[in-house]
Amino acid sequence: MSYEHEKLAEEKVFKDPVHRYIHVRDRVIWDVIGTREFQRLRRIRQLGTTYLVFHGAEHSRFQHSLGVYEIVRRIIDSGFGGRPEWNEDERLVALCAALLHDLGHGPFSHAFEKVFDLDHEKFTQAILLGDTEVNAVLSRVSPEFPQRVADVVGKTYKDKLVISLISSQIDADRMDYLQRDAYYTGVQYGHFDMERILRVMRPAEEQVVIKSSGMHAVEDYIMSRYQMYWQVYFHPVSRSAEVILIKILHRAKALYKDGYRFLQDPVPFRSFFDKTITLEDYISLDEGVLFTYFQLWMKEQDPILSDLCRRFINRKLFQYAEFDPAKEYRKIGQLDSLFKEAGIDPEYYLVTDSSSDLPYDFYRPGEENERVPIYLQLPNGELSELSRSSDIVDAISGKRRTDHKIYFPEDILEAGQEDNPLYKEILQLVRG
Amino acid sequence: MLAEHAKIVQMISLADEVNGRKKLQKMVYILKKMEFSFVEKYELHMYGPYSEELTLRVEELCEMGFLAETCTDKGSYVQYTYQVTEDGLKFSETGDAPVASLAPCISKLNDQSSRFLELVSTLLYFDHLERTEQIEKVRIVKNKLNFSDEEMDAAFAFIAEMSACAVA
Repeated sequence: MSYEHEKLAEEKVFKDPVHRYIHVRDRVIWDVIGTREFQRLRRIRQLGTTYLVFHGAEHSRFQHSLGVYEIVRRIIDSGFGGRPEWNEDERLVALCAALLHDLGHGPFSHAFEKVFDLDHEKFTQAILLGDTEVNAVLSRVSPEFPQRVADVVGKTYKDKLVISLISSQIDADRMDYLQRDAYYTGVQYGHFDMERILRVMRPAEEQVVIKSSGMHAVEDYIMSRYQMYWQVYFHPVSRSAEVILIKILHRAKALYKDGYRFLQDPVPFRSFFDKTITLEDYISLDEGVLFTYFQLWMKEQDPILSDLCRRFINRKLFQYAEFDPAKEYRKIGQLDSLFKEAGIDPEYYLVTDSSSDLPYDFYRPGEENERVPIYLQLPNGELSELSRSSDIVDAISGKRRTDHKIYFPEDILEAGQEDNPLYKEILQLVRG
Repeated sequence: MLAEHAKIVQMISLADEVNGRKKLQKMVYILKKMEFSFVEKYELHMYGPYSEELTLRVEELCEMGFLAETCTDKGSYVQYTYQVTEDGLKFSETGDAPVASLAPCISKLNDQSSRFLELVSTLLYFDHLERTEQIEKVRIVKNKLNFSDEEMDAAFAFIAEMSACAVA
């Protein structure tokens, strides 16, 4: 039997709190899970700094990746199998792409990508196609197979239905992370009837569509996305931690560029600071390495770097205040000047954060050909965009809600306000 | 401090108005590829490079009253037009002055159709590949749009023109 079709002698299962069990029968999938690059995902949290607010949110991208694989497996094996729109030859490539779609995420991925101007999707493709253990496993299927998987992840694969299973407005990726993030944070939002959605998913020419009788299950899923964003993903305290994380990396980079002599040479970061990153540098970095350096940097001579690291490690985060840019955008300039006058570097200690700084794709039907919306398949076979049939979705997708905050070191300002009148002035201004 | 918001307002102000969300998305992407300092993160979607960050930023600017959004019902879909308001103009002055070459580049982009900009931006998304591979990728990704060879040539000529304009 060819490697592509080889089955394990006995099915392997992973116990999973969200899907109960994750079933592996294909030899290729089993071998991919065992690779060094896939195992690295155990050391990258799914929700970055959210664990500092919801202490249960320690789950990893490893768990999520297995979850996405399991959802796609169920869609294919129980839903799509035998339907004329589905090409069974695409099964393995779809499963591999589902399992490996997040392979290139770095530590604290969003913050890290922002500081070093990186793209995790490009690294996913580089790992799939480079001199890696994952590539060696995939190449055993066929020499072209790694490229096929990379094309699905990069959304350039010829069969768009396969892409839409892991990357569309209702896909296995979102269905797993909403449920998983809800489970591990312990919130009651984020739950929806996935089994029902899987039952009403239909393969269409270029994407997955939903049988119209399943509209209410999809409404629940859209509501979950909306609530999880405002209650979990955009939680202001979690944002404060991310703000500090970004500032630590910026500070370390600026010091390195200025020739500062670190007590401990930041070897794993050198190529990131110099923009000479190799695939090996990237794969070697995980959250363990970052935490180790943050601990070491707490002892650095540079007062800003050591203070920011102490704040992150010991959860002494910045305070936040509501901010209305429409009326108060000039306030930022005033605060900037006051911070400088008071001897506090605003570059590291005064931060505005907007909802657009943590993009999260709410469901939007959008404009024609802007994005692919969710389509309901009506009994007569015609397709209807979801918000045209659902009042609930129409209400959510038509309304804007934005959020802006100022983050600042309230502890420093409060402790010093008796001795420094500028600190008091800053506090009064920032608190409005 | 809201510097990225100010850049988007400046860009739309220099264009006078932008017709269509898709067009705005592609204009910012192409400007970014021409090394203008926009930071919005883009990903490839079914219709070419798309930035959720930009979508949210534009929503925020409309909420702030710095951009005016008007909707035109086109039957099966709605088209959005963006203009800068008086308050938006004042706000944009808080940002750094744009480089001189930005205005002519925006003007060139705004003169094009969104279909053409979709082609240009998608070719640019694959600009790490050889020309034949770039075309091949676009034909896979945009199989339904049936871009002709002439359109491909025009798009490459436009990219060269934009590159020259950006460094002028």
